[in-house]
Amino acid sequence: MYRIVEKEALNPTVTRMVIEAPLVARKAQPGQFIIFRASEDGERVPLTIADYDREKGTVTIIFQIVGGATMELNALEAGDSLTDFVGPLGKPSDLEGLKKVAVVGGGVGCAIAYPTAKRLHELGAEVHAVVGFRSRDLVILEKEFSAVSDRMLMMTDDGSYGEKGLVTNALERLIQEGNRYDEVIAIGPLVMMKFVCKVTEKYGVKTTVSMNPIMIDGTGMCGGCRLTVGGQTKFACVDGPDFDGHQVDFDEAIQRGGMYRDFEAHAREAACNLFKKEAE
Amino acid sequence: MPNMDPKKCPMPVQEPEARIRNFSEVALGYTYDMAVGEARRCLSCKNKPCVSGCPVGIDIPAFVARVAAEDMEGAWEVLSASTALPAVCGRVCPQENQCEGKCVRGIKGEPVGIGRLERFVADWHREHTDAKPEVPVQNGHKVAVIGSGPSSLTAAGELAKAGYKVTVYEALHTPGGVLVYGIPEFRLPKDIVRREIDGLRQIGVDIETNVVVGKTVTIDELFDMGNEAVFIGSGAGLPRFMGIPGESLNGVYSANEFLTRINLMKAYKENAKTPVQRARNVAVVGGGNVAMDAARCAKRLGAQNVYIVYRRGMEEMPARREEVEHAQEEGIIFRTLCNPIEVLGDDKGCVKGMICQEMELGEPDASGRRRPVPKEGSTFTLEVDCMVMSIGTSPNPLIRSTTPGLETNRHGCIITSGDDGLTTREAVYAGGDAVTGAATVILAMGAGKQAARAIDQYIRSKE
Repeated sequence: MYRIVEKEALNPTVTRMVIEAPLVARKAQPGQFIIFRASEDGERVPLTIADYDREKGTVTIIFQIVGGATMELNALEAGDSLTDFVGPLGKPSDLEGLKKVAVVGGGVGCAIAYPTAKRLHELGAEVHAVVGFRSRDLVILEKEFSAVSDRMLMMTDDGSYGEKGLVTNALERLIQEGNRYDEVIAIGPLVMMKFVCKVTEKYGVKTTVSMNPIMIDGTGMCGGCRLTVGGQTKFACVDGPDFDGHQVDFDEAIQRGGMYRDFEAHAREAACNLFKKEAE
Repeated sequence: MPNMDPKKCPMPVQEPEARIRNFSEVALGYTYDMAVGEARRCLSCKNKPCVSGCPVGIDIPAFVARVAAEDMEGAWEVLSASTALPAVCGRVCPQENQCEGKCVRGIKGEPVGIGRLERFVADWHREHTDAKPEVPVQNGHKVAVIGSGPSSLTAAGELAKAGYKVTVYEALHTPGGVLVYGIPEFRLPKDIVRREIDGLRQIGVDIETNVVVGKTVTIDELFDMGNEAVFIGSGAGLPRFMGIPGESLNGVYSANEFLTRINLMKAYKENAKTPVQRARNVAVVGGGNVAMDAARCAKRLGAQNVYIVYRRGMEEMPARREEVEHAQEEGIIFRTLCNPIEVLGDDKGCVKGMICQEMELGEPDASGRRRPVPKEGSTFTLEVDCMVMSIGTSPNPLIRSTTPGLETNRHGCIITSGDDGLTTREAVYAGGDAVTGAATVILAMGAGKQAARAIDQYIRSKE
């Protein structure tokens, strides 16, 4: 069992948890992920590692409450335990030798973009952070980002905080201002990463994206997480999760991500019907 | 006087119309009288050809004779001296090619139902005996076992019996490997696997789940932790795809994914939290036991039409005869001499059909089977909304890529020197599908047993 040491709501739909998992903490590196099961009959769900403390033997995860499994996880409190927590899985991000990097985070993806920005900052790179959220009340990790970046642009879809607009607008402006990045690292919703790649492709800037497809085992066994990258089939769990964004077939990834949307909708509907019956 | 009935006592089964609506075990097992009667068909021949056909060398005539004499506990003792998993082997071994294939009674009639008797004895023991096995005296040496499938469980059991402190490391959340994620409940109830594993725990084997060797720990770290030898039984888990257009469409599964969702994650149950597609028309590509399992699962999930699409003929099909027959009884449609060349999708990116190429058989290939060659100009479309690729697996690269000095062949299989499973690294042994590529439960068990003996000799030789 893996005990929850700390739990904090970063915003109404995003939660941060620190989990006791010494074996995972000992090996974890930025860019890698874990798979958890909240309970004995729970689903296996991958989450990118947000932080780790080797001495305390803890791993931090940040997740958005979107479906059954994350609801179940969020129902646990500090002191409770997760049934399963396995990792670190996937390849670590390759950050060595980068001098100037734009880190682009969207929504809960900022939870993963932040440790990357932090690591780059520690390695001495010049970091420009572009972070985007739907609105002001969903903003997370603002202070943390500004502490590790040389420049930070805050974007919101509705203009309720920072600047109104998309992260792609801000990124393109930075590039047009003459910033020459060794690499752009984009972590967020598939659509955001797709359009970040469209912008950077125009300017010929290398772009790395972090993919988070549906998977079961996370060790290369099921093949459910397969993606087409540069015309070849890759497994996000063992070949990634980081990939060259200009090679990723995002439209296919978006389609595959919707595979169980009906199942999830039915599950939600079933839950709602139960509530309705109780109310009657 | 032996029972001279030329036929094997038939196995009682759930009727097809009933069983395609549930995941309960198909074969119900012999009754006490059936078992005793069948055991009396054995001639107790002196040269015991059956034993030579058993990869773990069970003294078959001895256990069968005890069943004939109605000494079931005695029969179990004979079995358990040679196999750690009799309830599993009795259910999933391809006996027709092994012990039963060599049975003298098979020359003029049907062989003795050795597998069915093994199952009966194991089940009888489980149901009638509470006695906990004795914990062997420890010899003070530690061995690590990677994976918890048939080869690993056998190696762990043998080593524990010899006095070693064994720790089994499993990547998934439940031990059992392919016995748990691959073989469906209706062929091998998971409760039986769990109990066989509990038996190993009772003799002192530690099982650590959620440890991915190669990621969470490396083999070198296992040695640092005081293990004097390591056994790799990590199987062949990496699925193969065909590389045809449309394979990334929603509704195309690897057999591994399809079966793992159903068996390990229990997606067939009413309130399961892990989903699996409930398709109307399913094509399973391949002709092995895994393909039969996937097809029969699809049927039980409610599919109207389930096809086995196989590029060779019925004769060449590698699946066990019994599995093919069970599938046929359940209404699985066999489209042999037929090879998919493209998967078709709808505007939402979901599978709506597949284009197949008709095949014919040419000259024998390297495997000795007649090679399928395309029939010019004969393609057709099969309407399906789900496809399961069951065309084989290869060993997972996670261990070889993190273990310096561990050599593999071009298929990714770990290279061992001969039968004892020694790899190119000192004190590292391997067996099962990780060495041979996808094969059978019993061959993996045989390899685990031999490696355990070799490990025992190696550690003793150091003293």
